[in-house]
Amino acid sequence: MNTTKNLPRLAAVIAVSLLALTGCTPESSPTEAAARPAGDTVTIEDAWVKSADEGMSAAFGTLLNSGDDDVTVVTVTSEASDMIELHETVENEAGEMVMREKDGGFVIPAGGTLALEPGANHIMMMDLTGPLTAGSEVTFTLTFSDDSTYEFTAPVKDYSGANENYEGGEEHEGMDH
Amino acid sequence: MSAPLEGARSRRAGSTRRQFLLGGAVAGVGAVAAVGVDLALNRQESAAKPVSAPMNGELTVPFFGVHQAGVDTAAQAHGIFLGLDLREDVDREGLTRLMRILTDDAARLTQGLPALADSEPELALSPARLTITFGFGPGLVARAAGAGPSWLAPLPAFRVDQLRPEFSDGDLLLQIAGDDPLTVAHAMRMLLKDARGFASIRWTQQGFRRAYGTERPGTTMRNLFGQVDGTTNPEPGTADFDEVVWSADGWLAGGTGMVVRRIRMDLDKWDRLDRGGRDASVGRTLANGAPLTGTDEFDDPDFDAKTSIGFPVIPQFAHIRRARGDGSERIFRRAYNYDERPVDAEVSESGLIFVSFQADIERQFIPMQRRLDELDLLNEWTVPIGSAVFAIPPGCAEDGFIGETLLS
Repeated sequence: MNTTKNLPRLAAVIAVSLLALTGCTPESSPTEAAARPAGDTVTIEDAWVKSADEGMSAAFGTLLNSGDDDVTVVTVTSEASDMIELHETVENEAGEMVMREKDGGFVIPAGGTLALEPGANHIMMMDLTGPLTAGSEVTFTLTFSDDSTYEFTAPVKDYSGANENYEGGEEHEGMDH
Repeated sequence: MSAPLEGARSRRAGSTRRQFLLGGAVAGVGAVAAVGVDLALNRQESAAKPVSAPMNGELTVPFFGVHQAGVDTAAQAHGIFLGLDLREDVDREGLTRLMRILTDDAARLTQGLPALADSEPELALSPARLTITFGFGPGLVARAAGAGPSWLAPLPAFRVDQLRPEFSDGDLLLQIAGDDPLTVAHAMRMLLKDARGFASIRWTQQGFRRAYGTERPGTTMRNLFGQVDGTTNPEPGTADFDEVVWSADGWLAGGTGMVVRRIRMDLDKWDRLDRGGRDASVGRTLANGAPLTGTDEFDDPDFDAKTSIGFPVIPQFAHIRRARGDGSERIFRRAYNYDERPVDAEVSESGLIFVSFQADIERQFIPMQRRLDELDLLNEWTVPIGSAVFAIPPGCAEDGFIGETLLS
């Protein structure tokens, strides 16, 4: 589980929601100013993964960037899933909220946060290699646009939500056992 | 105030001094005067800076520590007790996963932070001295392939018992207590959502004491008979309490033993008893809980005192005489009242969720209960209808989990 437990998480989550609402999140970020590698400035708070017997699931949490430059997560890997995508949730032409792969990856603003939560941005595990049982832990590796990496573990939790439609019509695997 | 309550702290920065003053004043001269003090303080401070009294909802009880919270914590207004049954496929490894998750939930919720995957995070923000305490029944310890203390088993059958399975036994106990019922309800739901893959609910008991702020902290509770209940409790934070309550044995070191008994109180029958009879049945006056041989609640009862015609002032059948015995068996009581919907011709369906903590149930609780089973006039109006025994494991550090001494 996470090491730090005392940040005012909800405040952070709310702040990020506001940020998203006002559309401040930049679309892409050239981070060649060469300070510290992104892998050294990014941490995740309150990470967790939705349990599932098979198929698909998703991981959530709040990414924090303590660096002076925006950073971009370009890929995520884990032994728990053969294929992982970075997803956003957007409104489609029919007015439905659907999730789809995020072009260019996740940008975490300098000195800011990026919330990964049900119904919004999340780490989509497309092809689970085995059941994700509540209370077990999953290790993820984030790779940034500067090729640096950051590894974290997240506990698996039973969760009834996060059933957003996948663009293309498929639905997430539910948690039902 | 007792030590654990002083251990509670406000999460609002900068309010420490007023909190201290307010707390002291409440303990000393009552809440009305305390509010006056607080208002005066506010006026003296800079008028430009808006200051408000700390809200009760901000108070937290530390989660991590040598002992679990909720035992020596000054009893909160609301308490929910849940007995869970483990699903058949949950093994030692599954128990470890379960307790890691529940520990993380409790560590966050008790400090006013949403649990991970909390779908109503706003409900977590006012902890109001929330504590979450875990207890292990015989079934859980067996599932963990551990050796329980010898007393970790259903209590022996007592003649007075009319136990119902829906209020008895269970593998895992959750005691969720706090000064705000909405916070307690949210915590219960969050914990059950995370437990349901591992366990199902066997029983639920919801109890209450005085609302927060109604009485001075430390006032002994009253039950629905009107009796002062818990006068002889050892005081948390003393060596006496430590000896009565905390175990020093094996994986339970730093933990304790818990007895939960649902005791139905026949208030309708009690109504037919006059005040003298009520006092005599317990051996204390209802007015202030003083023993019949004294004037103050905390006076020592004089069991040898005789009336002018030679009868004991505290009758042979009186509850306090029978419970006391030779004084060598002591427990720490932390009960809650219950009051359910009456049916048919009854006007009450009420009682006590009797809760006691003691290091060794066999040595401390059972002999006392045997005496009460043999003779206690209160048995005329009370019937135990539920009974469960749990081992309360010790607390844990920030990187640990409750139950690790058994499961790791």
